[in-house]
Amino acid sequence: MWVSGGGEMTDDPGRTALHQVLDKNGMAHTVARMAAEILERDGDDVILVGIHTRGVPLADRLACALEEVTGRKVAVGRLDISLYRDDVGPWRPAHQQPVLKETVLPDSIDERIVYLIDDVIFTGRTTRAGLDTLLDWGRPLAVRLAVLVDRGHRELPIAADIVGKVINTSRDEDVRVRFAEVDGEDGVWIGREVKDAG
Amino acid sequence: MPVESATALGGKDVVGINHLSAGEIQLILNTAEELLDVAERPIKKVPALRGSTVVNLFMEPSTRTRFSFEVAEKRLSADTLNFSSSGSSVSKGETLLDTARNLMAMAPDFIVIRHPNSGAPHRLAGVIPVSIINAGDGINEHPTQALLDALTMRQRFDTLEGLRVVIAGDIRHSRVARSNAFLLTKMGAEVRFVAPASLLPLDVEDLGVSTFLRIEPALEGADVVMMLRIQLERQKKINFPSMREYFDFFALTPERLRLAADHAVVMHPGPMNRGVEIDSSVADGEQSLILDQVTNGVAIRMAILYLLAGGRSEAASDS
Repeated sequence: MWVSGGGEMTDDPGRTALHQVLDKNGMAHTVARMAAEILERDGDDVILVGIHTRGVPLADRLACALEEVTGRKVAVGRLDISLYRDDVGPWRPAHQQPVLKETVLPDSIDERIVYLIDDVIFTGRTTRAGLDTLLDWGRPLAVRLAVLVDRGHRELPIAADIVGKVINTSRDEDVRVRFAEVDGEDGVWIGREVKDAG
Repeated sequence: MPVESATALGGKDVVGINHLSAGEIQLILNTAEELLDVAERPIKKVPALRGSTVVNLFMEPSTRTRFSFEVAEKRLSADTLNFSSSGSSVSKGETLLDTARNLMAMAPDFIVIRHPNSGAPHRLAGVIPVSIINAGDGINEHPTQALLDALTMRQRFDTLEGLRVVIAGDIRHSRVARSNAFLLTKMGAEVRFVAPASLLPLDVEDLGVSTFLRIEPALEGADVVMMLRIQLERQKKINFPSMREYFDFFALTPERLRLAADHAVVMHPGPMNRGVEIDSSVADGEQSLILDQVTNGVAIRMAILYLLAGGRSEAASDS
C-alpha cells in the first residue's frame, strides 16, 4: 500500500484509477501563491522546514519562489519525524520501523518563525509529530503549517495556516503528490486504492 | 559495489554478527548515523521507545558497554532496569533461565545480556519471547562493539569495502575480534589477525582472515589498526613469558604505526592497558579514534533498539 503525507510510496497497481487534479503548471502556480501568502503574513525572515519525504522538495520550491520575489536567501531545513510518530514502538502492532532520514535545521530556531512544510495534511498525526520534533530542537517565536493539499479527515485538532489546494476526499481515497525531484514528475492525483494491499 | 541496506532486521534478536546479513549490518549503520545527532540536540532524548522497558542483565563486569546501553535506552525514552550478578540471586545459585523467567514477570520488551558463557544470549533468545541483545558472551561475540567499530571506520573511509584492518592482541579470548572478523569479511574488508600462536583461536581458518605471528608485516599498508588487551581473566595459564616481552614484540608503538598507511587510524575497544598492547603516545595521538568509538557506541545501540522495536515482516503502514 502507498500512503500520502510523510509515508513512503510504492508502486501502485491502481494508478489508472487515479485522476489528476493538479498538473505541472497548476502545481507551480499553487506553490507561487503559497509563497506569496507566506511573504504577506511573515515576510521572508522565516525558516522553511520540510517534513520528509515530500515536504522536503516542497520547502525547497517555496524557498525558490520566495527568493525570486525578494532576492534574498531563505533558510531551509528538513525534519525526520520517525522517532516521534505515534505508531512506532514495541507496543504497536507489528510493522516495519521507518527508515531514519537526516534532520537538518539552519542554525538556531529559537525566536524564529518556523514554517513546517508538508505535501498533504490528512489525519494531522504527522504534523503533531513534526511539532514535537521541532520543539525539542528549540523554542521558535511561532510555528506555522503550510501544505500543498488539505484532504480533510483530521483525527487531531490541527489546521494548516497556508493551504495550496483543498481537495474533498472520502476516507479511503488516496491523494498522491509527486515531485520531479523524488518521483520523476510533478502533479497531484486522487483516486481509490486497490484493495488487498497492506 | 556498495552493500544495499535491508529495510528491516530479520529476527527479534541481535545475538551475533554471524546471524546478520550484510544488508542488515548496513541498515544498522545507516540508522545509527541518523541517531548520532540526538546527542547534539538541546533536548537529548526522543520518544521512540516511550513506555517500553529494557532489562540490562550484566553477569560480567562492564562499565563502558553497560553505560553505553543505558544512555542509548534513556535517549530513546525507554525505562531501564539494571541487574548485575554480584549482589543478586545469581550469586545464590539461580540459573540463567530461572533469572530470565523471573525478569519476564516485569514485562520487559528487551533484555540486554552480557554473560561469561559463550552462547548464553542465543540460549535465552530461544526460550524468551522478548528481544535479546548480546552485550558480549564469553569468547564468542560482541556484536554491538563490532558495529560501532564499523561505523567509526565508515565515517573515516566512507566504505568498509577493501579496507585493510589489522586486529592485534589476545585474539583467542576476544569476542570483539570474532565479531569484527565476521562483520568486516561480510562487508568486503580484509582482516589481518596478529598474535603469538598461543593467543590465536583454534578455528581461525574458518574466519576468512589472514594471520600473522609478528606485527610488522601485518601493518604494511594497513588502513585500520585495532589493538586488543590481554584478557588475563579468561586465561587459565599464562600464554606468553611476560608483559614486558609482549610489549616488545606486539605493542603498537609510534615506530610500528609508521609501517601502516599514512592515513591509518588506531582503534581500541577498551579497556586499554597502556604500556602493554599500546604505547600511550599512540593511544592519545592524532591517529587515534578511540573516543569516537565510544560516541558511536551509543548511536549503534540506539539503532538496534529502534530497529528491533519494529515488526519483522509486514510493510510499513500509515497511521
